[in-house]
Amino acid sequence: MKPHAHKQPGMLLLAAMLALASTTTRAAPRDELLAGYAAAAKTADPAFAGFSAARGDAFHRQSFAGGKADTPACTSCHAKDPRTSGRTPAGKAIDPVALSASPGRYADPAKVEKWFKRNCKDVLGRQCTAQEKGDWLSFMISQ
Amino acid sequence: MTLPYRPIALGLLAIAFSALVFQRAQAGGSHYYPPVSDPVVKEECGSCHLAFPPSMLPASSWKRMMGELTNHFGDDASVDPATAKHITNYLLSNAGDSGGRRESDKLLRGTSPSKAPLRITELARWVKEHREVPAWEWQHKEVRSKANCLACHAGAERGDYDD
Repeated sequence: MKPHAHKQPGMLLLAAMLALASTTTRAAPRDELLAGYAAAAKTADPAFAGFSAARGDAFHRQSFAGGKADTPACTSCHAKDPRTSGRTPAGKAIDPVALSASPGRYADPAKVEKWFKRNCKDVLGRQCTAQEKGDWLSFMISQ
Repeated sequence: MTLPYRPIALGLLAIAFSALVFQRAQAGGSHYYPPVSDPVVKEECGSCHLAFPPSMLPASSWKRMMGELTNHFGDDASVDPATAKHITNYLLSNAGDSGGRRESDKLLRGTSPSKAPLRITELARWVKEHREVPAWEWQHKEVRSKANCLACHAGAERGDYDD
């Protein structure tokens, strides 16, 4: 019995450390993504003072004239309420963009960049700035 | 000893019948096109629209489509070269004219592979099969696009395109 009693706290500690490690690795990609956008925003504008979820919210609903006529806003395909599903012009459902409603989102930086690249071009007719990406992402993570 | 022939015969008949039904259900009825099984193809070709079964178009069509992804029905759907190669390989080896596909033979009847059609919805057979669908149904807000198979074919994602 003695060795077992000795062993258990060690195992518990190990399990706790593993759990902690896995939560930190899961949170990391989103933090890294935001940190990358923040660095780029700072380079573009030395007065950059952090991202704003409120600005991201406004950006999400704003209509632009530079992109494709049938997709003037993020909300042309994504729902106005980011916690509900959207729909593509081809009729396919899009999972909610709010992190609380789609917990798996924004964990793959390459995928995030791929969709910013495509969707910004379609909606704004240009690439989004690091500030716009960071604001939008901050809003979705807060939702 | 006398065997209860009648119940036995009835039982066997019931088993044969359910086997037949099961087989049909497994095959997804008569309009079955195997859905995309490759995870990369599913992700890259199934985000904006249903990942259409490669067996619905001839190889020439897929080759042409993958060659003009920067203008994919008006969208820039380009992917990196390695991904494009992977997708093309999958589409070509499962294309409708890659042999031994009865449903594809029917769907592609009257379609010349040399024309490399890009829209499934413009295949002569597709048009014929959908001739009775009225215009208002296509414009319905739950349909919106002829590419939205799933709006009417509830089993489309499983490859079942029965009515």
